[in-house]
Amino acid sequence: MYASNFVEGVDFSLYFILAISVFFLVGITAVMIYFLFRYRKKRNPVATNIEGSWTLEIIWTVVPTILVLMMFWYGWVGYRPMLTAPDDAMEIQAVGQMWKWTFNYDNGKSSDTLVIPIDKPIKLNLVSKDVLHSLYIPAFRLKQDVVPGKDFSMWFIGQKLGRYDILCAEYCGQLHSYMLSSVTVVENDEFDKWLAEEQDNSNEHPGLTLMKKNACFSCHTTDGSRLVGPSFKGVVGRSETIIVDDKEETITVDADFIKHKLQNPLSSNVKGFQSGLMPKLPLSDQEISHIIDYVSTIK
Amino acid sequence: MTVDTLPYTTFFKAKKGIMSWLFTLDHKRVALLYLYSIMTFFLVGASLGILMRLELFHPGKDIVEPHTYNQIFTLHGVIMIFLFIIPSIPAVFGNFFLPLLLGTDDVAFPKLNLFSFWLYVIGALFALGTLVLGDGPADTGWTFYAPYSVRTGTNVTMSVVAAFVLGFSSILTGLNFIVTIHRLRTPGMGFNQMPLFAWSLYATSWIQLLATPVIGITLLMIVAERVFGVGLFDPSIGGDPVLYQHMFWIYSHPAVYIMALPAMGIVSEIIPTFAQRTIFGYKAIAYSSMAIAFIGYFVWGHHMFTSGMSGPAAYIFSILTFLVAIPTSIKVFNWLATLYKGSINIETPLLFALAFIFNFLIGGLTGLVNGALAADIHLHDTYFVVGHFHYVMFGGTGFAFFGALHYWFPKIWGKMYNKKVANTAFATLLIGFNILYFPMIILGIMGMPRRYYDYLPEFTFWNQISTVGSWITVSSLIVLIVNLFVAANKGKKAPDNPWDGITLEWQTKSPPPLENFDKMPKIPEGGPYNYPNAKSSS
Ligand code: HEC
Ligand code: HEM
Ligand SMILES: [Cu+2]
Ligand SMILES: [Cu+2]
Repeated sequence: MYASNFVEGVDFSLYFILAISVFFLVGITAVMIYFLFRYRKKRNPVATNIEGSWTLEIIWTVVPTILVLMMFWYGWVGYRPMLTAPDDAMEIQAVGQMWKWTFNYDNGKSSDTLVIPIDKPIKLNLVSKDVLHSLYIPAFRLKQDVVPGKDFSMWFIGQKLGRYDILCAEYCGQLHSYMLSSVTVVENDEFDKWLAEEQDNSNEHPGLTLMKKNACFSCHTTDGSRLVGPSFKGVVGRSETIIVDDKEETITVDADFIKHKLQNPLSSNVKGFQSGLMPKLPLSDQEISHIIDYVSTIK
Repeated sequence: MTVDTLPYTTFFKAKKGIMSWLFTLDHKRVALLYLYSIMTFFLVGASLGILMRLELFHPGKDIVEPHTYNQIFTLHGVIMIFLFIIPSIPAVFGNFFLPLLLGTDDVAFPKLNLFSFWLYVIGALFALGTLVLGDGPADTGWTFYAPYSVRTGTNVTMSVVAAFVLGFSSILTGLNFIVTIHRLRTPGMGFNQMPLFAWSLYATSWIQLLATPVIGITLLMIVAERVFGVGLFDPSIGGDPVLYQHMFWIYSHPAVYIMALPAMGIVSEIIPTFAQRTIFGYKAIAYSSMAIAFIGYFVWGHHMFTSGMSGPAAYIFSILTFLVAIPTSIKVFNWLATLYKGSINIETPLLFALAFIFNFLIGGLTGLVNGALAADIHLHDTYFVVGHFHYVMFGGTGFAFFGALHYWFPKIWGKMYNKKVANTAFATLLIGFNILYFPMIILGIMGMPRRYYDYLPEFTFWNQISTVGSWITVSSLIVLIVNLFVAANKGKKAPDNPWDGITLEWQTKSPPPLENFDKMPKIPEGGPYNYPNAKSSS
C-alpha cells in the first residue's frame, strides 16, 4: 500500500522518465566512446565528409517526439487528480508562518502537528501569515505553495498508518530548514478520540498562550540564548541600542516600548539583529497587555 | 610559408600601457578583460560553493549561522548567474572570435562593446558592495521572491540594482552581435556558410535583446516597493506575489538558453575540428538553435507548477516544456553522428566537448523529469533541482567554457599548454563534478528541500559524498587554471593552426594582429566545415 493516493502516479511518472533517460544516457555515451576508439586518427587516418541525412534527422525528431509526449502524458495523468478535492473531504486549515506550521480543525482544536484518519480524503486550506512557504510531505509526494493573500488548498488520502515528515519547500528566511512538522495517520476511532481531547490551557498564563499561538518562540527564546531575535529573558528593564531611522539610540525596554514594538514592528530595530522580520500581528490592546504581562515574568 | 615568418605586431603589443587596455576598442582586448573578470568571479563563486558544502557536511551547525548561510547561497547564485554564466561564453569567446569567424576586423560597435564591459564592472561593484554596505548581502536566494525580498532588512535593493545594470550590459552585447552578424560577414559568406558558433550567438543575442528588459523592469519594481512602499508584489500592501514569479521567469527561463545555446555553439565548433570532417546536419543544428530560442519563450510556467497554477495552464506549460527537448536532442544526435567516420584527434578540447554532451544529457534528462507535472510536484524546490541546474550550467556550459578556453588558447596567446596536465585536470574535474552533483539528484528524490541550512539525519550520507566531490572539483579547477596561467607566460610557441581547423580564425596568426587578418581570409568551399582532405561521402 502506498503512503498516499498520489504516490503511485508520481512515482510512475518519475521512474518512467528516469528509465528512458538511463537508456539514452548509457546508449549515447557508449556509442560516443565506441566512435572515439573506432575512428581515432591511428585507425582511421582519413575522415569521410558526411553532410547529413534527412532520413536520420526525421527519425531522431520523430522518436524523441513520441517519447516526450508519453512522458508528458504520464505526468499529466499523475497530476490531474491533485487538482480537485472530492466534495466529502475533511477540511483542515493549515497555517504557515515564519517557521512554524499550525493546523486548525473545525471543532476549534489547533495543533502543531497534523493528525488525520486513515483512508479519508483530507483537504488542507492553506494560509500564510507572512511570506511564501510550501507545505511538502515527501512520503506523500505532494507539495503546494502557501502564498499570503491567496486561498490555495491541497488534498490527499493517507493510506498507511504512521508518522511522516512535513517540511517547508519554499525558502522563507532564516530558519526555513527548521520549519518542520509531521503528519500522523491513525485509525478512525483513534482520530475521533484525539480530536475530542480538550486542550487544557486554563492554568496557563493567557500571555503565554497568545505567544505560543503567534509563534513568538520560533524567533525568541526564554533562556537568554540568541535565536533570530533577542531573548525575552530579562528583556524588561534591559538597556540596549536600537536603530530608528538609521540613527542609534540607547533605550531601556519597558512596557510602552514593547507595546509600540508589537504595533509597529518595523519602526525600530534592535542593533545586531536582522530587521524586517518581526511580524505585524493583529493583536488587541488587551492581548498586548497579556503578552507584556507574561514577558515581564521571564527573568 | 615565408609570409608566416615575417615579424608582425600582435594585438597584445599593438598598444602599450594600462589605459590602452581599460579603454581599448579592440574586441580581442575587451574579450580578455571579460575573461579575467569573469574567471575572478567564478573563483569567488566557487569558494562560496565550497563554504556551503562544508556547512552541509554534518547536520546542524558546522561553520556558519543560518542567516550567513542564506546570504552565501544568494551571493553564490547571483555571482554565478549574473557575473559568470550569462556573460561567460558570449562576452569572452563571442567577443574574441565572432569577428574572426566571420572574417572581419571588429564587432559592429566597438565603443558600445567597451561600454558593455564597463557596465559589467559597475554591476559587479554593486553586487560586491552589498558585502560592506547596508545590512549585508541579500538573503533571498538569487530569485528575489516577493514578499520576503520586500521585507527582509538585508541589502536587497543594491543586489537588485546590480542585476539590473548587468542586464543592460547583456542587452548591449546582444545588440552588438546581431548587427555584427547581419552587417559584417566577409564577402561571400551567407548565413548558411556561417560557423555554427555564430549561429548560436545569433539566437542567443535575440533572447538577450528581447527578454532581458523584462527582468530589468521587474527588479526595478522590487526597488520601488522596498523604497517607496508601492504595493506591487507584497499582499500586505495590495500586491501579488505570484505576479512577481511570472515576471521573473519570463526572463529567467529564456536566460537558461542564453547560458546553454552558446555552449552548444562551442561544441559544434570543436567536434568537427577534432573529427577532421564536416559537421553532420549543419542546417538541423543551426535551425534547432532558433527553434530552442523561440519555444524557450513560452515555457516559463514550468517553474511555478506548485504556485497554484490552473489545470489548463499547467497542461500547456508542461507540453511546451517537453517540446523544447526535441531540438535539443536533435543537436545531440547530430554531434554524435559527426564522430562517425571521422579521423579523431583525442585532445583536451574534444574531451571537454564530449563531457559537455554527457553532463548536459544528465541535465536535460533530469529537466524532463521536472517538466512532467506529477514528478515535478514532488521534486520542485528540492535538491533534485539543484543537481539538475548544476548539470546544465556547470556540467554543460561550464565545461563548454573550459573546452573553448583550451581550444582557442593557442590562438589567443600563441602558446600551447601542457596537454598532460590539462587532460589530468579534465579527468579529475569530470569525476569530482559527478561526485559533487549526482548525490544531489538522489537527495532530491529522497525529499530534501533546497536552500536548507540544516537537514534531517537520513540525508547525511549523500551530503557528505557531495562535499567530498566539491573538494575534488575545486582542486581540479585550480590545477586547470594554473596550467593555463603558466602556459600563457612560459608555454611553448604554438603554430597558427595547431588543430588543423578550417574556420577562418585559424587562417590568421597566433596571437592575431590588431586588425585580425593581414590578407582576406578564404572561405572554405562547400560549407564552413568541409574538410578538403576528407573523402567525400557518395
Ligand atoms: C519571524 C521572527 C519573529 C517572530 C515570529 C517574532 N519576533 Fe520579535 N523580533 C524578531 C527580531 C529579528 C527582532 C529584533 C530586530 C527588530 O528589532 O526588529 C525582534 C524584536 C522583538 C522585540 C524587541 C526586543 C528588544 O530587545 O528590544 C520584542 C519585544 C519582540 N520582538 C516581541 C515579539 C513577540 C511578543 C512576538 C510574538 C507575538 C514576536 N516578537 C515574534 C523576530 C521575531
Ligand atoms: C565549485 C563549484 C560549486 C559548488 C560547490 C556549488 C554548490 C552549490 C550548492 C550546495 C548550492 C545549493 C544551496 C542551497 O540550496 O542550500 C548551490 C546553489 C546554486 N548554484 Fe552552485 N555550486 C558550484 C558552482 C556553481 C556554478 C558554476 C554555477 C553556475 C554557473 C552555480 C549556480 C548556482 C545557483 C544559481 C544556485 C542557486 C542559489 C539559490 O538557491 O538562490 N553553482 N551551489
Ligand atoms: Cu520555508
Ligand atoms: Cu525554466
